[in-house]
Amino acid sequence: MVNIIWVMLTAIGIVFAMINGTMSEVNEAIFNGAKEAVTLCIGLISILVFWLGMMRIAEDAGLLKKLASLFRPVVKRLFPEVPGDHPAMGYILSNMMANMFGLGNAATPLGIKAMEELKQLNGGKNEASRSMITFLAINTSSLTLIPTTVIAIRMNYNSASPTDIVGPTLVATFCSTLAAIMIDRYFYYRRTRKG
Amino acid sequence: MEIVSAVSLWLIPILIGFILIYGTFKKVPTYESFTEGGKEGIKIAVSIIPFLVGMLVAISVFRASGALEYFMDLIRPGLNAIGVPPDIVPLAIIRPISGTAALGMTSDLIAVHGPDSFIGRLASVLQGSTDTTFYVLTVYFGAVGIKKMGDALKVGLLADLAGIIASIVIVTIVFGNM
Repeated sequence: MVNIIWVMLTAIGIVFAMINGTMSEVNEAIFNGAKEAVTLCIGLISILVFWLGMMRIAEDAGLLKKLASLFRPVVKRLFPEVPGDHPAMGYILSNMMANMFGLGNAATPLGIKAMEELKQLNGGKNEASRSMITFLAINTSSLTLIPTTVIAIRMNYNSASPTDIVGPTLVATFCSTLAAIMIDRYFYYRRTRKG
Repeated sequence: MEIVSAVSLWLIPILIGFILIYGTFKKVPTYESFTEGGKEGIKIAVSIIPFLVGMLVAISVFRASGALEYFMDLIRPGLNAIGVPPDIVPLAIIRPISGTAALGMTSDLIAVHGPDSFIGRLASVLQGSTDTTFYVLTVYFGAVGIKKMGDALKVGLLADLAGIIASIVIVTIVFGNM
């Protein structure tokens, strides 16, 4: 899918340039675009290093585990088919915590582990269970607490207040997660009514 | 609305202070842990360079050729009527498909419109408040061999739509309209 979009953007742009006579602008855009991307990534290093450093301390101090146990009662209600002491619940919680703190690299393997456990709970079938869909819905709605990369980009472009989007992002994330849970529930009840 | 701004300002310093003090209490070698984790930050920043180069070149070409303006003009009347800025549409479309591609678009929007513009802020919030549905779906289901996805894709995409609407509404309320 990305492949098609990527090629379409470039190809349509070049065809448009032929018709519009904007070839010189397009030439410039190719080199400027590449240069800007690299400059941006270098600028991202500062925040990413600092934030991931901080998160490592939080992880080593057991803060993420502690938070997970705090959230357990709430999350248990979201997954009524998963027994509270089942390893799946542990992985689901750790995955959520890692996502909250922007540790995408740590979140993915934990999420896969959670999926494995959920698959076993579902008798090893190759179809998605109710809990799996709920887990995915929550994951795709994003749980980020601090959008570090976005803050870094804003700093790069000299924002007067790079962090002023944190509050609105939190509210928006909360809304989208809530919506994800409700949409998931709606589809579940629709399925069960039919079958 | 002032509360939201105050939370933005205070949250990060307080969180950092708390992590450092808590880590010290738990006898974590804080400085060493910090540098160890920081190394990963360099790896991530460097590894996204090819993704961003590819996407930013494609968007730059699309814009410089005049194609972007052309398509924006086509959809502008309809979207303006319901209060959606058309510039955000490409980002909203690509956000569920590819995280790094969306990151490229977000930085492009911020560069062109300015980080403190309405569009710049909206792009920032949008990037932070939804996640890459297709990526999560393929990686998680692919890794454990789930073939029948059921309602998962529908639920994920509808949740994305809800996130996009929430972002537009909240940014408009907090930062005022264009």
